Amino acid sequence: MVSVMTSTADPRVVAESVTDPELPMISLADLGVLRDVRIERESTVVVEITPTYTGCPAMGVMRADLVHALHEAGYPDVDVRTVLAPAWSTDWITADGRRKLLEAGIAPPAPAPVRSAGPVPLQLGQTRRTASCPLCGSADTEELSEFSATACKALRRCRSCREPFEHVKEI
Amino acid sequence: MHEETVYDALDQAHGGEGHWAFGTGFDDPLAGVDTTVPDGVDPADLGTYCLMLGDDALVLAPRLTRWVTRAPELEEEVALANVALDLLGQARLLLARAGSVGVLGRSRTLAGGTIPDEDALAYFRDPDEFRCAALVVAPNGDFAQTLVRLLAAATWRLALFSRLRDSRDPVLAAIAAKGVNELAYHRDHAGRWVLRLGDGTAESHRRAQAGVDAVWPLLADLFTATDVEARLTAAGVAVDPATVRDEVRAVLDEVLTRATLRLPDWPADVAPSGRLGRHGPELPALLGDLQGLARAHPEATW
Repeated sequence: MVSVMTSTADPRVVAESVTDPELPMISLADLGVLRDVRIERESTVVVEITPTYTGCPAMGVMRADLVHALHEAGYPDVDVRTVLAPAWSTDWITADGRRKLLEAGIAPPAPAPVRSAGPVPLQLGQTRRTASCPLCGSADTEELSEFSATACKALRRCRSCREPFEHVKEI
Repeated sequence: MHEETVYDALDQAHGGEGHWAFGTGFDDPLAGVDTTVPDGVDPADLGTYCLMLGDDALVLAPRLTRWVTRAPELEEEVALANVALDLLGQARLLLARAGSVGVLGRSRTLAGGTIPDEDALAYFRDPDEFRCAALVVAPNGDFAQTLVRLLAAATWRLALFSRLRDSRDPVLAAIAAKGVNELAYHRDHAGRWVLRLGDGTAESHRRAQAGVDAVWPLLADLFTATDVEARLTAAGVAVDPATVRDEVRAVLDEVLTRATLRLPDWPADVAPSGRLGRHGPELPALLGDLQGLARAHPEATW
């Protein structure tokens, strides 16, 4: 098949503009899911993405959205590849991404726990995570559930303003 | 960013011909990943080992989702569904890895040509081709027993995966590294529940202890290597399950002690059976639910 690149748009800029389907306020670049964008064999845009959680059902949508956006921008040949290593960490969420999460009422993650090579230590304490309320700023918040509507978030409540909010949990 | 629904975009990205109906089917989870088999490794052994680890997750996931709509707290339904989703993600990658090295058994013939390998393996293998341990096959029991089993299974799997990060198979090492983050979360969540139930009311303590007593015999065959695991351990790809025994026991001992539960005697090691495809009647029943629709309509799309 002969493909003709009709675009002058930078494919990296196009790919970086694609947003997360479940966190639409944040781009795949801000989320740290977009690992590389490059041109191979003169006309194929190769995009590398990494899954957040292995079971994240949004991966297929991300892939489709990237292909769609690059097609619209004039790149007919797009190859979206999965990169499994190194494993995604919430530390890869950019400062801009954290600000956008906060503005949307979602508490951004604290630094991820360091995973050393040996056994993973048991954590039975109830309050190892903390997050300030994204609505009123109070640090007096409690965890309601370690899991929430998507794989990447926990559910918390502010003891000051009483509002529940979601928290991107650190991995 | 565009006007169509995400479903239109998915369909467009895959030729607009509808999708295989019973799997996710949208993309190959290993698309773009180098699936070359490392030197000196038998592909059949590698694929079989990936089925062992994948089937543990594939079978435990639907056991956990049975609690959706009937867990004691709404938040816990969400939690168990999320744990199951992580496990299904691990199963997808591991089954796809098995398919990538050609380990498909009878499933490929039964499934027809258009179904991805991972779905063919999940929906079209017979029970004797499943390699999961008895620990994950056993029925849930009550909520306490479910959480005790999850604690044991997550502790065991985490101990294996943390070592598999150094596997000579880079795909397996990458799957393990991702899985470690998820499994640590599952284990600690289940551990906190066992603590809460064991050190709770008289009734919750009684049920947690009964759960421990029911689950403990299922630990007997977790620490004995099959021939496949022994060969792959020698090749630097797999983990000898005997090497995780002490770590698993130490973690379970700590949780039970803090939960004021009585630690039963550790069962003596026995030869593997589930890893060799030998299962009790519970697995065919579970697979009947999991596979029935896909097998009745093997070429269905939507």
